[in-house]
Amino acid sequence: MTEIKPKKVKLTALCELCHSRKAVMKRPKNLQKLCKECFYKVFETEIHHTIVDAELFKSGDKVAIGASGGKDSTVLASVLKTLNERYNYGLELVLLSIDEGIKGYRDDSLATVKRNQVQYDMPLEIISYRDLYNWTMDEIVSCAGIRSSCTYCGVLRRQALDRGAAKLGINHVVTGHNADDMAETVLMNLLRGDTARLEKSCTILTQSAGSPIKRSKPFKYTYQKEIVLYAHYKKLDYFSTECTYAPEAFRGTARELLKSLEAIRPSCIMDIIYSGEHLVLAPKKKKTTTSYKKNRKNVATPEESEVNADGSVSLKRKTEFKDGNRCEKCGYLSSNRICKACMLLAGLEVDRAKISIDNNTAVDGAAKLTKTLEQLSF
Amino acid sequence: MGFKVKVEFLGGLDVISGGVREHKLTIPLEEGEATVKDLIENITKTIIADPKDIPVFIEDDTVRPGILVLINDTDWELEGMEDYVLESGDVFTFTSTLHGG
Repeated sequence: MTEIKPKKVKLTALCELCHSRKAVMKRPKNLQKLCKECFYKVFETEIHHTIVDAELFKSGDKVAIGASGGKDSTVLASVLKTLNERYNYGLELVLLSIDEGIKGYRDDSLATVKRNQVQYDMPLEIISYRDLYNWTMDEIVSCAGIRSSCTYCGVLRRQALDRGAAKLGINHVVTGHNADDMAETVLMNLLRGDTARLEKSCTILTQSAGSPIKRSKPFKYTYQKEIVLYAHYKKLDYFSTECTYAPEAFRGTARELLKSLEAIRPSCIMDIIYSGEHLVLAPKKKKTTTSYKKNRKNVATPEESEVNADGSVSLKRKTEFKDGNRCEKCGYLSSNRICKACMLLAGLEVDRAKISIDNNTAVDGAAKLTKTLEQLSF
Repeated sequence: MGFKVKVEFLGGLDVISGGVREHKLTIPLEEGEATVKDLIENITKTIIADPKDIPVFIEDDTVRPGILVLINDTDWELEGMEDYVLESGDVFTFTSTLHGG
């Protein structure tokens, strides 16, 4: 006869909150060991507090959830639904997805969003780059190369989300950006010396001048690890394939650095966000070329407007700038004469024409010539 | 000699195992002798098809930061991480958290 030995649960492995169930996870934030039930409760309650403290919503608000089908936005939809019912937020929640036109990636993830639509009983709106811009990301990459794909996609998605929300009569979009994403952004802006972005990279609720659409990040203080665990334990249906056009090398390296730091000191994610929040930049020094400027002032025409480094033309800030200015090309709200999306697309149209004319041999030739020159030795 | 465990690759990590998410693995050691270290070594030898993918899974002789490890659905940080002693029928879940959400 074989004796069946019951597995002993070690005392150290019990949940530190309820002291009765087996702990299944260790929180990166405070190293607390929790059981599944207590983890759900703590996870949801913290997000509730973030929402209440930042006064993100008012009763009766219609809110669009930027849904990609990935873990973050799927958990966001699930948690917001739970909290809306539990605490009577009085919100009307809608799923808003963007179809960038990336074969083998977005088409599959949109299938996940369509299942979420049924699972969470929320309306779903899909806005495609093809309908909006007459370009798909696949076409843009074949034209502009893989290296700048994230730049294009980012600018276009931002406007697409805005337009999608406007179409639905919604002025608030929530996204699944989590604490790890925030820390990554702070780190990247710091490493690039992008001080203008650094200062506002940690705000939970943003609204750019000239846009009626608010954006907020209820997961600002939520660790990626906990989001993945929540999705796993709750068996949420999410999609997890890397985008065909993998992140730019710099972001990828920053992410790995952050993950390595987190392995040694899990609180560093929160610490970086804290640093970002408390960073205030010194006021910009005024340029001291006054005598030169004084002379110019008299000559300047009244129509003079500022041309930015990227070639966009700003409206005259002091006299003309007002909310509700529209892009001269597409008519969409923009603080510049031509909006950023139209600027990028205009650049692409030039390339599309060039490729169709000479199949881009000029560029191939230039690369070959450079390589030949590099090999020369004296 | 040898015993079986189950290994799962989730969160897009199945790219290192030819798109297969679940694997039955025979550990060629006596039960009680093998730790997660041996399991990791075994995975790199038998499951990861392309040697180029090993750095996607391993860094500095352990599981790469950003990959969440569960042992029988419990965070491996509560189970002694690499020093956990394998038992027959154990389920090891490796989930990548590095992908966009």
